[in-house]
Amino acid sequence: MNIFRLSNLRSLLAVFAVASFVFVATNVAAKDPIKIGFSMALTGPLAGGGKQALIGMEMWADDINAKGGILGRQVDLVYYDDQTKASNVPTIYAKLLDVDKVDFVVSGYGTNLIAPAMPLVKQRDIVFMGLFGMDNNKKWKHDKYFQVMPSGPDPAVDFSRAWFETIMQLNPKPKSIAFVAADAEFARTLKAGAEVNAKRLGMKVTYNKNFKPGTPDFTPIMRAINATNPDVIYVAAYPGGAQGMTRAVSEVGTKAVAFGGGMVGLQFAGIMKTLGPKLNGILNYDFYVPEPNMNLYPGVVDLLKRYQKIAPAKKVDLKGWYLAPWSYAYLQILGDAVNAVGKIDHAAIAKYIHATEFTTVVGKVRFGKNGEWLKGRVLTVQWQNIKKQGDLEQFAQPGIRKIMAPAAFATGKVQPFNSLR
Amino acid sequence: MKSNRFYLIMLGLVILSYLATAFIDNQYPFYAGFAILQLMVMALAWNILGGYAGYVNFGSAAFFGLGAYGAIVSYQLFAAPLIIQILVGGCVCALLGLATGYLTLRLRGVYFAIATLALLVVAETLIHNWDYVGGAAGAYILPSRTLEFLGVLIVGKEGGLFSNNKELLFFLLCNLALLTIIICRIIENSKYGRGLAALRDNEEAAESMGVPTLKLKLIATVISASIMGINGGFFPYFMTFIEPTSAFSLDISVNALAMSLIGGTATWLGPVLGAIILGTLQQIATVTISSEINLLIVGLFLVGFVIFAPDGFLGLIKKLGKRGD
Amino acid sequence: MFSFELLSNAIVIGILLGGFYAALSIGLSLSFGLLDIVNIAHPAFIILGAFICFIFNSSYGLDPILVGIIFAPAFFLLGTLIYRVYYESFEKTGATALRGLAFFFGVMFIIEVLLIIYFGVDYQGVQAEYIDYKLTFGVVDIPFRMFVPFVVAMIMTLGLQYFSSKTFFGRAMQAVAQDTLALRLMAIDPSKIKRIAFGLSLATCSVAGALFVIVMPIEPSIGRLYIGQVFAIVVLGGLGSQSGTLIAAMLLGMVESLISTFFGPSWAPAVAFSALILVLAIKPTGILGRVGDTRG
Repeated sequence: MNIFRLSNLRSLLAVFAVASFVFVATNVAAKDPIKIGFSMALTGPLAGGGKQALIGMEMWADDINAKGGILGRQVDLVYYDDQTKASNVPTIYAKLLDVDKVDFVVSGYGTNLIAPAMPLVKQRDIVFMGLFGMDNNKKWKHDKYFQVMPSGPDPAVDFSRAWFETIMQLNPKPKSIAFVAADAEFARTLKAGAEVNAKRLGMKVTYNKNFKPGTPDFTPIMRAINATNPDVIYVAAYPGGAQGMTRAVSEVGTKAVAFGGGMVGLQFAGIMKTLGPKLNGILNYDFYVPEPNMNLYPGVVDLLKRYQKIAPAKKVDLKGWYLAPWSYAYLQILGDAVNAVGKIDHAAIAKYIHATEFTTVVGKVRFGKNGEWLKGRVLTVQWQNIKKQGDLEQFAQPGIRKIMAPAAFATGKVQPFNSLR
Repeated sequence: MKSNRFYLIMLGLVILSYLATAFIDNQYPFYAGFAILQLMVMALAWNILGGYAGYVNFGSAAFFGLGAYGAIVSYQLFAAPLIIQILVGGCVCALLGLATGYLTLRLRGVYFAIATLALLVVAETLIHNWDYVGGAAGAYILPSRTLEFLGVLIVGKEGGLFSNNKELLFFLLCNLALLTIIICRIIENSKYGRGLAALRDNEEAAESMGVPTLKLKLIATVISASIMGINGGFFPYFMTFIEPTSAFSLDISVNALAMSLIGGTATWLGPVLGAIILGTLQQIATVTISSEINLLIVGLFLVGFVIFAPDGFLGLIKKLGKRGD
Repeated sequence: MFSFELLSNAIVIGILLGGFYAALSIGLSLSFGLLDIVNIAHPAFIILGAFICFIFNSSYGLDPILVGIIFAPAFFLLGTLIYRVYYESFEKTGATALRGLAFFFGVMFIIEVLLIIYFGVDYQGVQAEYIDYKLTFGVVDIPFRMFVPFVVAMIMTLGLQYFSSKTFFGRAMQAVAQDTLALRLMAIDPSKIKRIAFGLSLATCSVAGALFVIVMPIEPSIGRLYIGQVFAIVVLGGLGSQSGTLIAAMLLGMVESLISTFFGPSWAPAVAFSALILVLAIKPTGILGRVGDTRG
């Protein structure tokens, strides 16, 4: 056969064309994106945090795609707004898994939005990364659950451990404590953990009550607390209550030497700006603050710079200190684990995560058996030197939120509440 | 619709719902379907007191939530299985319905509505402060992977009637919805229903004609509350985790009311249609547009529909039907 | 632990809180109390007013109460417009007041979403010099954060009170609730009166919004927490009576403050609403409602 005859050449060309098409098509098909699905609070009470978290997650997706994606495939984030309603969560995850056929699921923001997804992920026996959930795995004991909030192995108790260690550094040592908490899940759980710590230290409880979210004025509560003369006051509250109690202690004053503990919301930029000098002296929890030694976390400074460029247009928290590094990290861990294992095998990936110490934008992360951090790293910070009202930039300077604990990060020593006001 | 044909259709739907669970592998339709059916039952039950008797209950979520927590208590006290949980929910609410009926049915119209709202707040606050059921931190139910009853494997991956709990719940809730429709239809066609209609149109006239209005209203309240309680009894098993805010959510009350209004309050068909229309819209919006636009659409829909079809969807159909003449 | 200091401060805060609640509810006592319009979006309008005060306060440094007063006429016009729509769709066709309920639910969602889209979901507050100031008389503190809203609230409610009972329009408003026919016979157009009344009710939202954002920081859905409260106050006080609303608001403020101080704040809402149920059980038409009022 003479291959140079035209008709034969044409046939050869056709075969070659079809072959290359098939080759390219199958390879392109194999490069389907990897879908990571989740629900997120984009409206409703937790939306402030949810929207912040989403930006962190989108930045991670951009970063990992620039490096080639997961297993050589581009990452696609598939998400729906759960409206901060627990009842929407099961339906959303059912759709993600069965209709959208995502490869991985991660959680939304907050204990109450993680809990409704647990039965489904346990039933499917898949890896599930959690974002700021308090002990969601306690009842389920799912061996593929990993939670990125740095509470520690016994989340509720370990969360406030550092706070109690700090107040014990005051002289004289405080002996009595007043508890006040918002009637909402996270606050109540925090308070329960704090009560355990107080009992362990032999402290006397002089006051222990809850308030309903939406209370407009907290001065009656503050006065009632003061009437019992506690040495320290532990407040567990969501943003509304945290602001209310801050104003109340500002208006009424107190003799207590420490005030704070579990106040959510003081870490949000808008709230910091509004409260200004009223925050001075408050001793509260935090996860990341712009103190110089926190820049040990590789990449976090750049991350926040990028976040702060995007934030104004999206009408979210302008600084991103509270959630953005952590929402980036929980995806970073997942991505790194899958790439290390080399295939989508949930059992193998879970085993890898359990066995590995990850280096992430929030430092070194190691998980314990129940999926919580092996060693807690909740910061205790004390607000000080806030001078201006209504100025956000002063909070970006070091020395405003001095770290009291853990000792490895400390930038200051705790001082009595009133001495800083 | 003639009685025989109606019951035949109901039976057909029961069989259809079972077949759906057997043949559809994808779990998502059961989740979405469960949510829509849950609202449909609330709307139907609401309509018994609201549409037939004319007493607008703003606090439907109270019965739903108390039914759910009744189930939780029975689970925590003696590890009750699903059926018992549901029944406890229903009984608790029947009793509560009777009690609240006595308290509030003396009040007319808007006063009654506000009193029911007050009851919702009181119920929610009580549960919030009750540590045995977890208070604000919530309560868990861990359903088992397999379920047996009288030796028959009901739920199980291989060989069970249903391959997982969600399908079983969907099937049971379907049956509850159909049962509620049957109850509503019976009420509509009975002397009792005519009594309710009389007191809805003019309570004083009805009383003067010898209609025992308090007794009729109490019966309506107890029926309505029990159904809502049974409906609530399903909730913990489905969600596995409940907490007061979502169990007593004002959204449940609003949806029950809005769906009946949108569909039409005269017969059972109204709440059913309203639930299908509004419920499906909400489910679709949750997983497509997502974000605040979702809420905007529901709001615009409510406003638009209620302006242009104040007698509900069925009223609109009737109007259009007349125009065709 | 009972002490004079605790009691006196609790009473003072109770009064100030009561004034604040009165400001929130007085508009509703016009729309719901007099006109039977179940405006469930009333708190949402208040938050709308609050956000307007916020934006002008943070961008131009204007005092929030000033902004609230300046925008009151705009809210008035908005009210007349919404009433027009409501009238054409519901009242004219004789549909019951509760069908309007679904309408206002829709309006509430729309307002919330527009606020989210425009302002975002974070908490926002206002800055004003008097907010941190407080007066002290012996052991009793009067925080200006509560006192200033109280004063403005009193002016507004008593002003509206006076308007209702002493001026022509005010009395016409009362008349429209009691006897529309008689009003028509006097050649007064009832729907014009109702339009003005509803407009007024929304105008109060503008001022109430300013007071709200002074008392506490706001976010778009925070109005939902107050729906039950404002309706309860209006019903407790008796539909159609502005003085009743004022008294009921004071009562609720006091009860909340005393319960919070002496028993534990988590029980406050239950107690307040139980009080409502109790009063309704004894006198179904509310504190100052007209006996024999079969409306509803």
